[in-house]
Amino acid sequence: MTTTATPVTIDVTRPAIPFSRLVMVELRKMFDTRAGRWLMISIAVLSILAAVVVILVADDNFITYSSFATAFGVPLGILLPVVAILSVTGEWSQRSGLVSFTLVPRRDAVINAKIVAAILVGIVSVVLAFVIGALGNVLGAAINGLSPVWDVSVTQLFTILFANILGLLLGFTLGALFRNTPAAIVGYFVYSFVLPGLFAVLAAFQDWFKDLQPWVDFNFSQSKLFDGNLTGEEWGQLGTSGLIWFVIPLALGIWLIRRSEVK
Amino acid sequence: MITVDRLTKTYGAYRAVDDVSFVCRPGAVTGFLGPNGAGKSTTMRIMAGLTPATSGSALIGGIRYTDIPNPGTQIGVLLDASAQHAGRTGREILALSALTMGLPMSRVDQMLELVSLTPDESKRRVKNYSLGMRQRLGIANALLGDPKILILDEPANGLDPAGIHWMRGLLRDYANRGGTVLLSSHLLHEIEVIADEIIVIGQGRIVAQGTKAELLQTAGTFVKATDASALANALTAAGITAVPSGDAGLRTDSDAATVGKAAAAAGVALVELRAADGSGLEEMFLQLTSSTQREAIIPEGATA
Repeated sequence: MTTTATPVTIDVTRPAIPFSRLVMVELRKMFDTRAGRWLMISIAVLSILAAVVVILVADDNFITYSSFATAFGVPLGILLPVVAILSVTGEWSQRSGLVSFTLVPRRDAVINAKIVAAILVGIVSVVLAFVIGALGNVLGAAINGLSPVWDVSVTQLFTILFANILGLLLGFTLGALFRNTPAAIVGYFVYSFVLPGLFAVLAAFQDWFKDLQPWVDFNFSQSKLFDGNLTGEEWGQLGTSGLIWFVIPLALGIWLIRRSEVK
Repeated sequence: MITVDRLTKTYGAYRAVDDVSFVCRPGAVTGFLGPNGAGKSTTMRIMAGLTPATSGSALIGGIRYTDIPNPGTQIGVLLDASAQHAGRTGREILALSALTMGLPMSRVDQMLELVSLTPDESKRRVKNYSLGMRQRLGIANALLGDPKILILDEPANGLDPAGIHWMRGLLRDYANRGGTVLLSSHLLHEIEVIADEIIVIGQGRIVAQGTKAELLQTAGTFVKATDASALANALTAAGITAVPSGDAGLRTDSDAATVGKAAAAAGVALVELRAADGSGLEEMFLQLTSSTQREAIIPEGATA
């Protein structure tokens, strides 16, 4: 039996886990599985492919930076939300949350770290795509004997970045809300590919909705971002529709995560 | 020190944990014994702050788990060895935990060595692990932060006999150095082998608790005759209450001398007459859990 019967006490003065370390952990988790690594690689590969396709098929007067930006926007728009979804849902579908939330009982801190990590990955991915697009533009112009056309302003670049981060956060929101990978991914595709069509049809036939749409349809108001240079009203529309489709669902998702039982 | 006080968890009308109170003290291995679905895992999840309790409390060193800063360095928890991302390697899972707790990566290698996972095995993905390997990884993960308290849910599950022997040595040594260990099992044998103190739970309620010595204490007399019904009649005639035990034997609370005299008076030849060894706990465990067991089991501890 015990010889040194010193009572075991809990040291409450020990330093808490700093948030930066949680972000590091969450970043590492995004890359340390085969699925995660390939998702990241495919973002780079698809951006390069998009640039190659533009060079191969575009007419001379379409060899412009905006063509490349449009092309790499497609893989980014699809894959970044998936990165965000997997970072949340993996804790439940793979049940690793049992360990994650035991080591860090403050679940909102874990979720916030995941959001920050996802945003960092998003920023790096988008900047990488900008660079790949720029290289494509220079290369495409050189191949076709043109001087490269830089028809995207810095403000527009920032708006594209912002729009991609919003898309990523929307994926994150759906992940937090459903905590189930297939449901969140299907939810994201319904939201970004089915819903716009439905809203468009509704707007075409119902005048009252046509006026209302920019205020409640996040896709619609968000699409303005890719065109750049938003008016004050358009920012307002982005705000109200974002509140409905993004802020409220994310708050609900985090609330559910904090309350739910981890099994 | 773990203090569980009047802990209750209900899911609608179902009481998964029902007014459970117990204490796990330092320097001892406390075994949490109960059949599947008895409420062991729910109780342990509540301890680790993963499930909110309906009422009552589970305190560790006097405070709630969720209020402990960097809890992994003070309490080692293993709730389900299979609850890991199947696509990560064993080493990576430990590395993530070490990074979270702020430990040097050398600690990962130490723990892998402690639980006998080879460098080669540690680089394999967890989906290729056997249950026994997952348990070893889970135990390594729980011990990573050098905690003073361990909470382990079914850690022996999937370990081979040599593995169970190894774990017994590991936990014994840990408790001897002053650590507090709570481990659960649905197998009486595992608990008997490893634990010093035993808490038996069935259908959400504590049905027995005490030291192993107390619970495994000789519980009356075991007696057996070639003619079982003649023996039963003889005992009844002498006013001795007996219950069937093991393979055609009987167990009674009366002492051996009384039982022997009663048998002799009735002219019944005995083949066995001795103190019932440990049958008490096993019979109690089976009785207490019989309503939740899916198969009818005849207790046979007395013949062991």
